[in-house]
Amino acid sequence: MITLPAPKPEILARRAEIIAALCAFVPGDGVIAEGIRLKPYETDGLAAYRQMPLAVVLPSTTEQVAAVLRYCNEQGIRVVPRGAGTSLSGGALPLADAVVVGLMRLNAIHEINYADRYAVVGAGVTNIGITKAVEADGFFYAPDPSSQLACMIGGNVMMNSGGAHCLKYGVTANNLLGVKFVTIEGEVLEIGGTYLDAAGYDWLGLITGSEGQLGIVTEVTVRILRSAEGARAMLAAFNSIEIAGAAVDAIIGSGIIPVALEFMDKPCIHACEAFAHAGYPLDAEAMLIIEVEGSIAEQDALLARIKDICARFDPISLKVAETAEQSLAIWKGRKGAFGAVGRISPDYLCMDGTIPTSELPRVLRRIGEMSDQYGLKVANVFHAGDGNLHPLIMFDANDADSFHRAEAFGADILKLCVEVGGCLTGEHGVGVEKRDLMTVQFQPHELTQQRAIKSAFDPDWLLNPAKVFPLQGALAPALAAE
Amino acid sequence: MSAMIAPVDEAGIIAAVQAARAAREPLAIEGQGSKRGILRPVQAARSLSTRGLTGVTLYRPAELIISARAGTPLAEIEATLAEKGQHLIAESPYLNGVFGTSAPPSIGGVVAANLSGPRRITWGATRDHVMGLRFVNGAGEVIRSGGRVLKNVTGLDLCKLLSGSYGTLGVITEVTLKVLPAPEASATLLIETPDLASAVAALSAGLGSPFGVSGAAALPVKDHVIAAVRLEDFAASVTYRMEKLRGVLGSFGTQRVMEDAESRIFWRGVREVEPLQVMPDEAIWRVSVRPSAGPQIAAAASAIGGRVMLDWGGGLVWVAASPSIENHAAISGAARAQGGAAMLFRAPESLRLAVPVLPEEAAPLAKIGARVKEALDPGGLFNPGHIRAA
Repeated sequence: MITLPAPKPEILARRAEIIAALCAFVPGDGVIAEGIRLKPYETDGLAAYRQMPLAVVLPSTTEQVAAVLRYCNEQGIRVVPRGAGTSLSGGALPLADAVVVGLMRLNAIHEINYADRYAVVGAGVTNIGITKAVEADGFFYAPDPSSQLACMIGGNVMMNSGGAHCLKYGVTANNLLGVKFVTIEGEVLEIGGTYLDAAGYDWLGLITGSEGQLGIVTEVTVRILRSAEGARAMLAAFNSIEIAGAAVDAIIGSGIIPVALEFMDKPCIHACEAFAHAGYPLDAEAMLIIEVEGSIAEQDALLARIKDICARFDPISLKVAETAEQSLAIWKGRKGAFGAVGRISPDYLCMDGTIPTSELPRVLRRIGEMSDQYGLKVANVFHAGDGNLHPLIMFDANDADSFHRAEAFGADILKLCVEVGGCLTGEHGVGVEKRDLMTVQFQPHELTQQRAIKSAFDPDWLLNPAKVFPLQGALAPALAAE
Repeated sequence: MSAMIAPVDEAGIIAAVQAARAAREPLAIEGQGSKRGILRPVQAARSLSTRGLTGVTLYRPAELIISARAGTPLAEIEATLAEKGQHLIAESPYLNGVFGTSAPPSIGGVVAANLSGPRRITWGATRDHVMGLRFVNGAGEVIRSGGRVLKNVTGLDLCKLLSGSYGTLGVITEVTLKVLPAPEASATLLIETPDLASAVAALSAGLGSPFGVSGAAALPVKDHVIAAVRLEDFAASVTYRMEKLRGVLGSFGTQRVMEDAESRIFWRGVREVEPLQVMPDEAIWRVSVRPSAGPQIAAAASAIGGRVMLDWGGGLVWVAASPSIENHAAISGAARAQGGAAMLFRAPESLRLAVPVLPEEAAPLAKIGARVKEALDPGGLFNPGHIRAA
């Protein structure tokens, strides 16, 4: 179980006074302090960890965010930023003495500019909300995390969220132009703008993916792109993980950049098929979903090429969607993968390491062995184009031992990812979940270097404490657990 | 010219940094020196170059990843990739012509400057494709950030912070870049438009089309402006999309299509700022604005007797004019008025010392920036005064 820093008793003792002060900064119903209404904020997408906060504040303007942060900084009060609370790494887990700053009310779309291809939106606008606002005109916002119906763009910036289509379109960092950023001292900074690559330090790049350690983003300028003429998927199933991996290499080696290239192993195929009846081949050991874009003729040409490549690897099933409806059917199982696994197991942990794709067979074999060792089932879905693994470890939260085994199993998978040349997290973030594994990927002096940069923004370490960095280590004395 | 230290390995870089630290002597950090003369001159008795650190250390075409030591010439990386039909995504420029140098740019220098070519408009900047790097900080420690995989959000993204930091935060010793298959074919549609505003409107229409435009430049020629729109893809796709694009952009002016070889040469020229035809005694500004504001920057340049060329759909404005404090104020002011930013890209040393070569940062950000610099380079060893006056 995760250790959180001891709450500051002097802050807990001043709770009523702090809530009164927050109410002055965010008038109306913008402060939540009663138990029952605080309850939804005690956890996020990593529901295994729970902690009630001191209070929740829901500002409606950047100025209110700045006032709250300035006050918290002066008073030494810890702050936990929160978007929609969909983090799978516990990035928005509160602390008992912390004020949660929720960004959901910063949900206005301020500007859409098609000539210059950008949109300026509040941090609380949902990811899909941006695409919905521009799709009638043929545009979209590219990064598409699977939580996109709920997750907010401010949280996407903080976690540098990815999605299934990053192989072609990149992750959040590659689709941002600027942010309005509030420091813990309550200063409002305009970082970037509506243009590309001005010279000077890349603060935008540093802030993106900083998991709330450096400040709070209240407004975001994103690039919007014109959608391709169309897109269509195909499915290819193989007799072994090795063969499927070789087929992925051959597709990439052919010069085709599919917009999506997804991989599922046998347990995942079975779970998804039972759930979605997508027509997946149940005798396959591994299956690929490959999507291409362009006109109908271009889709036909690319899918024919990919089909020819796959045919060289003795596929047990090759199914090219003839229509958009068939394409949706192929995606239906994959898109429902998490729900499908949730249906066959009371609970699951979704891991998120990245590996060099050539290591896929070895890594999946080892995960299979670990699954036997820990006595827990696992299903693997994988963004095959970019090496981002999502093993879903199934367990029962009502059985403490099962949960602890699942955590240990997950940690072993991530250590393996680092061992083969990959990393702890491809898109979900370190959060509280992988904090203590950071020493597997980084040397102590490298963590000290990162902490020193964090300190440059947040000298007293009030922002999103107990996340990203292990509690022990140089430059983190203020957080030592008691 | 200061005395140069050019170690052949990372250990040598560490030793040089530690020696400088002990002696409290600043270092001018550089790669091969191809862009010497950019930003403000560094006052340092010694320079530390990564030119001795060469060679590709890892290349996995199927994983779209290449790693190389910082001093490896850009051309060597490009040749290695070309053998497997791949390329550097951001189309990084050489700029020997701009800076009057003959040294080949190093991949470390390309990353340290975060300069990107025409393809940036659609496929991202150099910094977007830096998947990992190793650098030596001011304490003489090797710090790794990122790795050798395409998706990685583990810890703070120092790859992006170091990209474009011009050697002021650390000495980059090795970089890992994402690469992609090089397109089979390229073709460019040239449209003769009456003025810059029409040219930029044509570029916007091209970039707003579903055809994957990967280059969009506007070049003033005598009494008109050429809008150039590039397609890169499989040959059949380029043929199909060019036909569609010609239809979409039909109302903007007379059209001509440049096929593969001619198209490639044309964009190499745009990448190297050649159409601007800069005179040896002229200064160059690089202005970033929203594309539709490009013509306003051009108007400001024209008012001081300068010339422009536009890339990135109109959002990257290259200005050539005579070097003076007044001209710098005019171009910087125009950029600021349009919500953009100007960089004095090339100028005599006297001008680079006299004016801020980049816009000043807001005071609270500058304060944080000074602390970040202190965190990475506590002794202030690296390139003092290079970006802003100390």
